[in-house]
Amino acid sequence: MDYLLSLIIFFPCFGALILGIFLRGENLEANNNAKLLTLVSTIAPLIFSIFVFFNFNPNVTGFQLVEEYQWLMGLTYKVGIDGISLPLILLTTITMPIVIISSWKIERNVKEYMICFLILETLILGVFCSLDLVLFYLFFESGLIPMFLIIGIWGGNNRVYAAFKFFLYTLLGSILMLFAVIYMWTVSGTTDITKLMFFDFNSSDFELLGFNISGGIQSILWMAFFASFAVKLPMWPFHTWLPDAHVQAPTGGSVVLAAILLKMGGYGFLRFSLPMFPDASLIFQNFIFSISVIAIIYTSLVALMQKDIKKLIAYSSVAHMGFVTLGIFSMNQQSIDGAIFQMISHGIISAALFLLVGVIYDRMHTRDIDFYGGLVSLMPKYALFFIFFTMANVGLPGTSGFVGEFLVLLGTFKVSKLVTISASLGIVLSACYGLWLSRRIIFGNVTNNKLLEITDLNRIEKLYFIPLIVFTLFLGILPYPVLEITSNSVDLLVSHLTQNLK
Amino acid sequence: MKTIDILILAPEILLIIYSIIAILIASFLKSNKSNKLIFQATVIIFLISALILYFTPFEIQTNVSGIFVRDTFSKFFQILILLSVSCLLFMSKQYLQKNNLFKPEYPILIIFSTLGMMIMISSNNFLLLYLGLEIQSLSLYVVSSFRRDNYKSTEAGLKYFILGSLSSGLMLFGISLIYGSTGSINFEIISSMINFEGFFPGIVAGLVFLICGFAFKASAVPFHMWTPDVYEGSPTPVTAFFATVPKLAAVGVLLRVLFDCFGQIVESWQQVIIIISVLSMFLGSVAAIGQNNIKRLMAYSSIGHIGFVLMGVASGTDKGVSAVLIYMVLYIIMNIGVFVFILNMERNGVAVTTINSLNMYNNVSKSQTLFLTVLLFSLAGIPPLAGFFGKFFIFNAAINAGLSWLAVMGGIASVIAAFYYLRIVYLMYFGLSTDPLSGKMPIAHWIILSGSALLMLIGIINLYGLEKPSFLAATSLIN
Repeated sequence: MDYLLSLIIFFPCFGALILGIFLRGENLEANNNAKLLTLVSTIAPLIFSIFVFFNFNPNVTGFQLVEEYQWLMGLTYKVGIDGISLPLILLTTITMPIVIISSWKIERNVKEYMICFLILETLILGVFCSLDLVLFYLFFESGLIPMFLIIGIWGGNNRVYAAFKFFLYTLLGSILMLFAVIYMWTVSGTTDITKLMFFDFNSSDFELLGFNISGGIQSILWMAFFASFAVKLPMWPFHTWLPDAHVQAPTGGSVVLAAILLKMGGYGFLRFSLPMFPDASLIFQNFIFSISVIAIIYTSLVALMQKDIKKLIAYSSVAHMGFVTLGIFSMNQQSIDGAIFQMISHGIISAALFLLVGVIYDRMHTRDIDFYGGLVSLMPKYALFFIFFTMANVGLPGTSGFVGEFLVLLGTFKVSKLVTISASLGIVLSACYGLWLSRRIIFGNVTNNKLLEITDLNRIEKLYFIPLIVFTLFLGILPYPVLEITSNSVDLLVSHLTQNLK
Repeated sequence: MKTIDILILAPEILLIIYSIIAILIASFLKSNKSNKLIFQATVIIFLISALILYFTPFEIQTNVSGIFVRDTFSKFFQILILLSVSCLLFMSKQYLQKNNLFKPEYPILIIFSTLGMMIMISSNNFLLLYLGLEIQSLSLYVVSSFRRDNYKSTEAGLKYFILGSLSSGLMLFGISLIYGSTGSINFEIISSMINFEGFFPGIVAGLVFLICGFAFKASAVPFHMWTPDVYEGSPTPVTAFFATVPKLAAVGVLLRVLFDCFGQIVESWQQVIIIISVLSMFLGSVAAIGQNNIKRLMAYSSIGHIGFVLMGVASGTDKGVSAVLIYMVLYIIMNIGVFVFILNMERNGVAVTTINSLNMYNNVSKSQTLFLTVLLFSLAGIPPLAGFFGKFFIFNAAINAGLSWLAVMGGIASVIAAFYYLRIVYLMYFGLSTDPLSGKMPIAHWIILSGSALLMLIGIINLYGLEKPSFLAATSLIN
């Protein structure tokens, strides 16, 4: 019980180690073994995390299942979870087996592919669990290496450009955060997140090069963290790496990127920016609102005009992430609950959408929208799933997409009506691109003769769409389980914010 | 008292006696067998001296009327130098044999230069320092032009010699200025004079010349011109040697002089070091982008790394010094790993050094590619590899000393630098397939390569317990 979190974090890594050391050969059997072993190493954390879910006490404020050991230079290895991180951990452990099953068809460098994903899972889980600032940074930044290799080795034609852009963009963002981390450590003398949350960083104004910096050092630190999280999330205008990375990455890579990696940015805002720099967060509130609204509207419009299905979904991700930042920085119970819910729901829905694109890409080797048309008569089951998830992406009531966006808009309405109204436009626009996309791909007549030999979903593919559908519907109709977990931690966060902002 | 005096010098004496015996053997028994014997014996002697150093009691001792000092700091550096030299010598055997360079002069010259470095770091007196430096440099000039029939190697030696003697001259001039102002060449006396009487302009002028000299040895910008050419022209084992051991010695002696002798007037040398540091970091990372020869690339990479080391020096605190020590250890391990790979880069028996020849190396050897990738990511300072901790400690020291902007510059430079390390990774994993390298590697080299890569991974646990010895060494230097 004491080591449960460490077990969850390092189990995939352990699997990768076994895979790397003991598995030899390139033949079919070895590849199958690699896939099976990987599946086992991703399902085990899933089982453990379900166990954690049932042992989690939502009424306890603060962190649970905490483990702490000494590390270098007075740093600690400290992990623990609260209501904000648990849903994201569950999202990760649920998504990873699905990603592995969906990658069953990979034939080139199978072993390396699986090792990359297992290590990536360890690092992502580490990000959500760590309670030490430097440990968090370590996990946060390390994810670049496997992701770089995934995009670079198994990606599409323009993969080199995408891999480099992804890597350097995010590296530059997070290196600024590193300095903020070191500075916070110097000032407060601790890297323990639980202590830093209640540490009062100086927020009195000062002059720098003749400019008045309102919010003082808090603002500077806030911006350093922002640089990292905004790139990761990504927020407009730091999102340009995302479409490239998504388009070039293999299906599994896209799913992990959209479903989980993007959430690290939102998690960072909730874990660091809000509780540690409350004054700066308030100062930058309007700034965040403006770029979030721009993100929602502008990227929705951009998505409308895309010719590549994956790119379209990538831009829609940016728009949905706009709701997340909007919710986080509205700083009240509903909006933050909604932001977390939106992250979970977007994780499930975008994963499904990328998997759906992967299905037709595997068959036809193109993601060109014009290439397709009339799939409903050729692949009826596929069409059903596609329409379902497109509707969920639009935020149709009854799907999880609705709950998140509704809560965010509700919370934001209390802060700014103008922002809420403009953000609501985004929902309309998302309906526009979603429906138009379905019309062009699914409906209409089959115009392309090459499509005639396309086959419908096979058994494995159905296997991984079913749980996603279940989750989308379940959370859409009964959002209570997630909200119950989050509410207490969010309540603590909001009351901490209101106390500090007086 | 007298016996103790001799005993402190035991490792140096051992090296001197051994080098004389080696010369005698080499000149009288000119067989291939004796060459091998000398080679192996040299590796063992280095290890033995490292052991002797390790087991001598840990306290500050001075000797010969205070011109020679052996404290934890010098021990730290000297053990590191001896270990890396023995490893490098061991690595270079294969290459030298293949290229008809397997001559007894090579290990003997390496012994002399090592001896010089050990003396440099332990000196407590400018004269001894200069002597050590010259022993080291003279042997290195010869070693760099070791492939006599190759004009590039000769050019490298000549270039290094001319620029090196210029820098020695600068340094000597600096020493004479300091001597003129204070009337002493002993570090302790100079330090106490500065403490009691304040500092004279002559000291500052001398100090600047001194720093120039050391910057040359450490190949920091703007005294880096020789580095790429010498790296490229020298035989690869010599390049590996240049990239690691003399850098250690230069950084060690720089720390020794700046903190032992001028530790009271940090602010008067800090700016110079900061400027050199920023320039080195940026030139190292920007200029490496365009390189096509992996040896030249490693030259610029080492310039960049020296920039980071100097950032730690510039912070002027014990934290900074211990960060520098940790950084140097990691730097040495990474470089040994990378160079053992470069030593084995060949196609049809001919050594190759172009980066493009690494295209799709993953198809040739998966294990080597993986290990090299780990090392390159570590050089780029990407967590969770140990190279990140090196940079982390340095940044931490700089920010603690109030040099946040310098740390930010370093951060930007390291992002630029990440690009060229990534370029090699990209070529190896997803480049275009061309004429592949042979990819053969002796098992011993494979062990060194995998060992250094694994060390980078294991470092995350506790950095091999380096923290405490480096801290002890730093405090022994500063107090």
